[in-house]
Amino acid sequence: MSKLVRQSLLMLVLLTVLTGVAYPLVVTGLAQALFHRQANGSLVVKDGKAVGSTLIGQQFSDPKYFWGRLSATTPNPYNGGSSSGSNLGPTNPALTEAAKQRIAALRAVDPGNTAPVPVDLVTASASGLDPEISPAAAQYQVARVARLRGLPVARVAALVAAHTRGRQLGVLGEPRVNVLQLNLALDALQKR
Amino acid sequence: MTSNDILQLGLYLAVLLLLVKPLGGYMARVFADAPNRVTRFGAPVERVLYRLCGIDPAEDMGWKRYALVVLVFNVLGLLAVYALQRLQPWLPLNPQHLGAVSPDSAMNTAISFATNTNWQGYGGETTMSYLTQMLGLAVQNFVSAATGIAVLVAVIRGFTRRSAQGLGNFWVDMVRSTLYVLLPLSLLLSLLLVSQGVVQNFKSYVDVPVLQPSSYAETLKDAAGKVETREVPVTTQTLPMGPAASQIAIKQLGTNGGGFFNVNSAHPYENPTPLSNFAELLAILLIPAALCYTFGRMVGDRRQGWALLLVMLVIFVPLLLTCTAAEQAGNPALHGLAVDQHASALQAGGNMEGKETRFGIVNSTLWATATSAASNGSVNAMHDSFTPLGGLVPMWLMQLGEVIFGGVGCGLYGMLAFAVVAVFIAGLMVGRTPEYLGKKIEAHEMKMASLAVLVPCALVVVGTAIAVMVPAGVAGVANPGAHGFSEILYALSSASNNNGSAFAGLSANTPFWNAMLGACMYFSRYLLVIAMLAMAGSLAAKRHVPASAGTLPTHTPLFVTLLACVVIVVGALTFLPALALGPIAEYLMSAH
Repeated sequence: MSKLVRQSLLMLVLLTVLTGVAYPLVVTGLAQALFHRQANGSLVVKDGKAVGSTLIGQQFSDPKYFWGRLSATTPNPYNGGSSSGSNLGPTNPALTEAAKQRIAALRAVDPGNTAPVPVDLVTASASGLDPEISPAAAQYQVARVARLRGLPVARVAALVAAHTRGRQLGVLGEPRVNVLQLNLALDALQKR
Repeated sequence: MTSNDILQLGLYLAVLLLLVKPLGGYMARVFADAPNRVTRFGAPVERVLYRLCGIDPAEDMGWKRYALVVLVFNVLGLLAVYALQRLQPWLPLNPQHLGAVSPDSAMNTAISFATNTNWQGYGGETTMSYLTQMLGLAVQNFVSAATGIAVLVAVIRGFTRRSAQGLGNFWVDMVRSTLYVLLPLSLLLSLLLVSQGVVQNFKSYVDVPVLQPSSYAETLKDAAGKVETREVPVTTQTLPMGPAASQIAIKQLGTNGGGFFNVNSAHPYENPTPLSNFAELLAILLIPAALCYTFGRMVGDRRQGWALLLVMLVIFVPLLLTCTAAEQAGNPALHGLAVDQHASALQAGGNMEGKETRFGIVNSTLWATATSAASNGSVNAMHDSFTPLGGLVPMWLMQLGEVIFGGVGCGLYGMLAFAVVAVFIAGLMVGRTPEYLGKKIEAHEMKMASLAVLVPCALVVVGTAIAVMVPAGVAGVANPGAHGFSEILYALSSASNNNGSAFAGLSANTPFWNAMLGACMYFSRYLLVIAMLAMAGSLAAKRHVPASAGTLPTHTPLFVTLLACVVIVVGALTFLPALALGPIAEYLMSAH
């Protein structure tokens, strides 16, 4: 038995060196050499400084910006240090209440818009950090953002179109718009 | 369902099935007794490992010896993971200065990773240091998966060997699984994932300024017990970092499922694009599906392997379509509001609560179905927020005993237990001694197969009963009504079948839940290992019975149907009453 324990311990140590040390180090080395930007968080760099990540959403509640998904992270939405979904069940009244509040908030800043709200704008994402919304959700907000920024609707619509990504390789996933990148582009547009 | 939904599902299944034969054939060579092209290539590394450990690779282990080695090796791994979590504040590679994990949570996690369950009561980015993730969790991802494959190979040898005492050598089977199968595939997958944006570094978390500063209200209690609220400004965002890709690759391939981050593969740093999603999805079912072909090759009749794969698909595909249709139909609770849940060219529509925009409906339901069919347990959407019927599918797939693909190795040996039960039932119908793959199935084999089928069922049902009766169990529930019961039933189904996914609203990081689920994971995994090895040991000792006119062929549509029915009937009879109290009741309520 003691021989078996010794063999097991040695095997565990050796496999730890192989799969727990060598393997992640090799992957890190290759990743840093081949895919430097991606391996380090796909940061958005403006004037030499990181201002966010293309992959991690940020909280937007100012009506001049496009809004993203609801986020259930705590203590504040889009807390990158603590990902979380709402885990509200489909029949939980709290889920319906959150949707109602979001609809009311959207209507309050855009009273003329009576179209039904795209579902991704009234629901919380799985990660609480979803960087994207559907093209429908972006288009729903175009008129509001254009009006509050004093821009022609067509201009903002064109910007949304330019930031809309189709399905990857033509089939995979869903079409989507990156909210942070879109809002950065909006700000850049008006600075000029 | 939209036509693109069908296209994406079809593409996934087509690519998966195309890879079954090449990978399955390769693995058959890896585990062949005679040296061959593949095993000669890695022989020098293998020799060094065995010599350093003082292991004789030529030792042919009987089933008891094989089982003992599995248990000792696994328990030591479990203790190592426990120690790493308890000691992490004093160990290197902990840039966030995360504290020691509580004893009950650490033990739960150690069992969870050693048993290939990867149930997570904790949030990765707020709990585990890089060192714990690498040396503890990632290593167990490899060796628990390799253990599963090794036990499967030993069970297959029970059928192929004649009048033999031994089932092979655990060390050789486990080391080969790791070296030849898991490591190379993980290396490829991790690089693909990094190219898509999965992080892989050893940096501290990065703070970036936010574009639109905001604030949130924090409620504080002062010394006098007076509650006051203050506004906390938010001007920066913390971006988590770490060696994620290397660990995510193996957690997908090894049907482990333990995420680097709290929300697992829903996290944009863990699964950033539809392509990374496709690759991670493929990795879930790849090895379990290919092992069916390996099995066919090893028993010398490929049709036997295809038949088992067909049984899995026959159950998998309808459940996949059910889940997708239920989620795509949307949440009836939002029908009365001004919300557009219809699928169109501009949005996925459907029940988007707890789902990511880039995955939409179809990639979330495909993942939920695959991860619960295989005992992977990783998630890319929050199952707790699925519609009642959409959530029933992953729950029931786990309750079927994790044999529809199942965990790497353990899924197929679970299915072999069901196959033995199926030939026994067929034998009863015609009044002949049942045979499977040329071996007579007698009382001892039936006892062991029944044990393997019934142990997880019993753990789920009894565990759920206990949890709903004690306050500490009910205290963890997050959602009201029938859905709260579903959370408990899901947790027990997940732990007792070594899956690891969750209706994550359940607050399971408490001493009661950590102990309860830890016990379920442990007994389910190792009782099954022992039962299956005992069956294999007795089968190996038997003589080969040549097929005669009275032998039930086990590669025909008739047998595929029979086996699928046995799996479904056991799952339905055991769990329908419980399901009726959870998801079915919720469905009836939500449909009015």
